[in-house]
Amino acid sequence: MTEVRKTEFCDPAARIAQAVQELQDAPGERMVLNMGPSHPATHGVLRIVLELDGEVITKADPDVGYLHRGDEKIAENMTYTQFIPYTDRLDYLAPLANNVAYALAVEKLLGIEKDLPPRCQYIRVMCAELARVSSHLLGIGAFAMDLGAVTVFLLTFNEREKVYNLAESLSGARFTTSYTRIGGVMRDLPPGWTEQCRKFCNELVPVLNEVETLLTRNRIWVDRLRNLAVISKEDAIDYGLSGPNLRGSGFEYDLRKAQPYLCYKDLEFDIPIGSAGDCYDRYLVRMEEMRQSLRILHQCIDKIPGGADNKSNEPVNVADGKIVLPPKQKVMTKMEELIHQFILVTEGVNCPPGEIYFGHENPKGELGFYINSRGGGTPYRMKIRSPSFVNLSIISKIFPGCLVSDTVAILGSLDFVMGECDR
Amino acid sequence: MSALEFAQKIKARFGDVISEPTEFRGEITLEIRNAERIVEVCEFAKKELGFNYLVDISSIDNYGEDPRWTVVYHLRGLAHGGELRLKTSVSEEKSELPSVIGVWRTANWHEREIYDMMGIRFRGHPDLRRILMWEDYPYFPLRKDFPLAGKPTDVPGVAFTQPAPLEGGPFVTAPGGKDAIQREPRVRNPEDPSS
Repeated sequence: MTEVRKTEFCDPAARIAQAVQELQDAPGERMVLNMGPSHPATHGVLRIVLELDGEVITKADPDVGYLHRGDEKIAENMTYTQFIPYTDRLDYLAPLANNVAYALAVEKLLGIEKDLPPRCQYIRVMCAELARVSSHLLGIGAFAMDLGAVTVFLLTFNEREKVYNLAESLSGARFTTSYTRIGGVMRDLPPGWTEQCRKFCNELVPVLNEVETLLTRNRIWVDRLRNLAVISKEDAIDYGLSGPNLRGSGFEYDLRKAQPYLCYKDLEFDIPIGSAGDCYDRYLVRMEEMRQSLRILHQCIDKIPGGADNKSNEPVNVADGKIVLPPKQKVMTKMEELIHQFILVTEGVNCPPGEIYFGHENPKGELGFYINSRGGGTPYRMKIRSPSFVNLSIISKIFPGCLVSDTVAILGSLDFVMGECDR
Repeated sequence: MSALEFAQKIKARFGDVISEPTEFRGEITLEIRNAERIVEVCEFAKKELGFNYLVDISSIDNYGEDPRWTVVYHLRGLAHGGELRLKTSVSEEKSELPSVIGVWRTANWHEREIYDMMGIRFRGHPDLRRILMWEDYPYFPLRKDFPLAGKPTDVPGVAFTQPAPLEGGPFVTAPGGKDAIQREPRVRNPEDPSS
């Protein structure tokens, strides 16, 4: 008698399909990847907790604060002038622009921003634009290097070095400039500075052209950036983006045009905007902003009252001994100036009670200072509205759906600085 | 339309909840007397008056006064360029107000920062965690009764938590004091009212 045995043969293809199905439905199959805080592409100490489904990001949670130094608390405990060096350390890639922003905010509180001497306004505009050029040079250089184009990084860093040479001859420091004072600037332009600056502007143009030939129509560059992390105009506004990130999304808004401060209304420049709002547009906007900054610098050098050497002795500070430190010679010989010097150093500039907000178009976006004063030489509360902090908050919105390798490109295109984000 | 006209429109719509607009250095400030209605006012400002951009939210600790907290919203209409500041006060016992995250999504991180630094909670915020300090940090460092030098905390291995070596630096000064000793925050102990 033959024994009949039933054997089950499974279709191998169906079995694999079933296994895949089970794997996909299994809970906990998403992988959590910790990017940063010490990662070359996070440009400082940003940590992003990524949740991955294979190579695709499903969730991103940025974690900031590793560089928190309590600048706002510190500001409450010192005079307005003493805080100027701390502003260098906000966006440490554009210290000159931070100095200008902070000085303008305190001057708005004092009500003297209209009384600034024209030469001071032109000097400050040049500071802000040089800072913009230097910040964008680093931004684009690091952006390109993160995507493998190291040549661009070397080119832009070479030029950025020249900006630091200019900052050094201007203020004595390369990085931590602390150049502005409440009611003016630390000192007038050194002899020959404007010519040096013009030389730099002329030399930068061929480098920018070279960077553009290396990147703008580069197949790899375009393929990696086009249609990546598209931020719609509505989202950009809703998330409070500012600076090149807002303009990259196609919204023309620049505080230099919208609320002209200093002498920007006398200068001609255009506001570049993007059309798609992707990483490529943000790159293009930054490139064009540098060219516009050079245009502004040229105009400033031509139009600055007093000319290069200030033969006509144009003032660079407001003429008020209760705001700006008097010249040392007078302090030593005159009673009133001695008293001004003493009060200014010990108690600070006497600001009226009140509250102001001043937003400055910094390279990274709108750097704002909200100052709440109860009178006297110290702010009662100072809030720093830092563009990097606000710009980073959109990460959890734009990261999902991108690949892990895209994170580097997106972070480069957002161009942030953690010193400013964490304050 | 000027900022003052916008302010008057809000005042006309909400009546007694809104104070008279005040102007300082060309900026208009409106005070909302009832913090619970902040969302309504913000929605009205965004939808009817075009204030589509929330620039910033900040917080003030009016230490020793009641109500202790003030929350300040800075609004901007990108289309018309007008700016407006809204302020509202919250008592220390309550320390809570509704979140405006439904109006502008940028409020998310601003509100987290205020919670982190001041300890004011925002009702309806989907993710109210600390943002700049670490998760288990026990204090709210921007409060006026938190000393400038910091306080030691028991989080071993996480961060440097000893008081800062300079304890505030050589030339610190704080507002409001009658004399130089009063203005020196290092000798002032905010928790001891007699000093």
